[in-house]
Amino acid sequence: MVGVNEGVSPEQLRYARALSVGMWSGLALLIVTFAAYLAGALPVQAPFEDLPRLWSLPVGQYMQEIGLETGWAWLASGRGDLLALSGIALLAGISMPCLLLLVPAYARRGDRAHLVVTLALVGVLALAAAGVFVPH
Amino acid sequence: MSIPLPASFRSLALRSAVGLSALFPALAWAGDAGAATPWWVWPLALFAVCFVLGMIAVPAGIGGGVLFVPIVSGFFPFHLDFVRGAGLLVALSGALAAGPGLLRAGLADIRLALPLTLFASAGAIAGALLGLALPVAAVQVALGLTILGIAALMWHSKRSEYPEVARPDTLGAALRLNGLYRDPANGRDVSWQVHRTPLGLALFSGIGVLAGLFGLGAGWANVPVLNLVMGVPIKLSAGTSGYILSIVDSAAAWVYINKGALLAIVAVPSVIGMMLGAFIGERLLKQLEAAVIRRLVIVLLLVAGIRALTKGMGWWA
Repeated sequence: MVGVNEGVSPEQLRYARALSVGMWSGLALLIVTFAAYLAGALPVQAPFEDLPRLWSLPVGQYMQEIGLETGWAWLASGRGDLLALSGIALLAGISMPCLLLLVPAYARRGDRAHLVVTLALVGVLALAAAGVFVPH
Repeated sequence: MSIPLPASFRSLALRSAVGLSALFPALAWAGDAGAATPWWVWPLALFAVCFVLGMIAVPAGIGGGVLFVPIVSGFFPFHLDFVRGAGLLVALSGALAAGPGLLRAGLADIRLALPLTLFASAGAIAGALLGLALPVAAVQVALGLTILGIAALMWHSKRSEYPEVARPDTLGAALRLNGLYRDPANGRDVSWQVHRTPLGLALFSGIGVLAGLFGLGAGWANVPVLNLVMGVPIKLSAGTSGYILSIVDSAAAWVYINKGALLAIVAVPSVIGMMLGAFIGERLLKQLEAAVIRRLVIVLLLVAGIRALTKGMGWWA
């Protein structure tokens, strides 16, 4: 295994630590919620026996069939098959707080270009996560 | 620490990969049988296929996503929308798993990656929206052509260990896209700087569109652009590409999550199978001949690309 390189900037090391914590947390949540889903710990939105018909439909038709709105409605559903997506959301979202860890270092160093790029990137990811690009 | 694997295991790994190709017609036939196959067979088969894909993806030096989408969309009964969503998650998980180590080792450079990632993320969101809006047959045909193109790229791939960049371009210099990295293989300090930054940004926007559109990780395109176009040393290119994927794939994944195009029953067995396979693949990396694995992956890409094309054209539904 390759160890820590002494030339790496402190903010990059902070980013790596945060990413590692987020990645393991996301994976753990993914496995726990999926195991709960398979074990039938919670009621499901799409019954197991209907899955072969549902998973061959285009996504728009699938959403209509199971009666779910686009966006974050899945999180409030309390359904096992949808809550199994929470680990996926954590994995997709972990980069945002990690990127924000870079901001103080760039601001302190007066690196305006990277400061603007980092904030713009966080903005794009936040808009995507909020579902702004997906019409309801 | 690497645990040596017995020869019988290496042989088993190779046979599994070859056997995977033989399994495709059976999967396609079972997919046609539709309701006659119990539902739980598919997640189990998906787990097994992803385990083998993960095992060969690491030694071949590619992300699992590029194999996952064409193979699973070609030979499993899942709609392409859900396969692309799961493909992005497979690529994202792999990139996130590798990210911390690459960043700590200095094999990925955040300052270099950030501007490229911004353009690629915007492209990935546009690509994901486009992919979910286009007719599925058109996406399938485009996917087939892209996969055949990737196979050709892998066949003819060139790389430059330490490219010569005589003078950085104005934008690259203004963004201070330069640095020093220590090659862990030989302890050598390598000074690097970039050129053709505007072209690199444009190409990364296009790569982002392809990643979002098809649900592919885009390491196959990131590394040549960083290395051959922008002049970044090959190892720094590969590491930085992995880091870029960890953000770009998440940008596109949000579109699929918000649209409802991520099914846990498809995505989770794929991610777990691929990660477990990659764990074995990492150990195989030191023991298998890279050229053999590379040829095997090219054959798999050709089969999957032709299958996607024929499916999209309606010649073999």
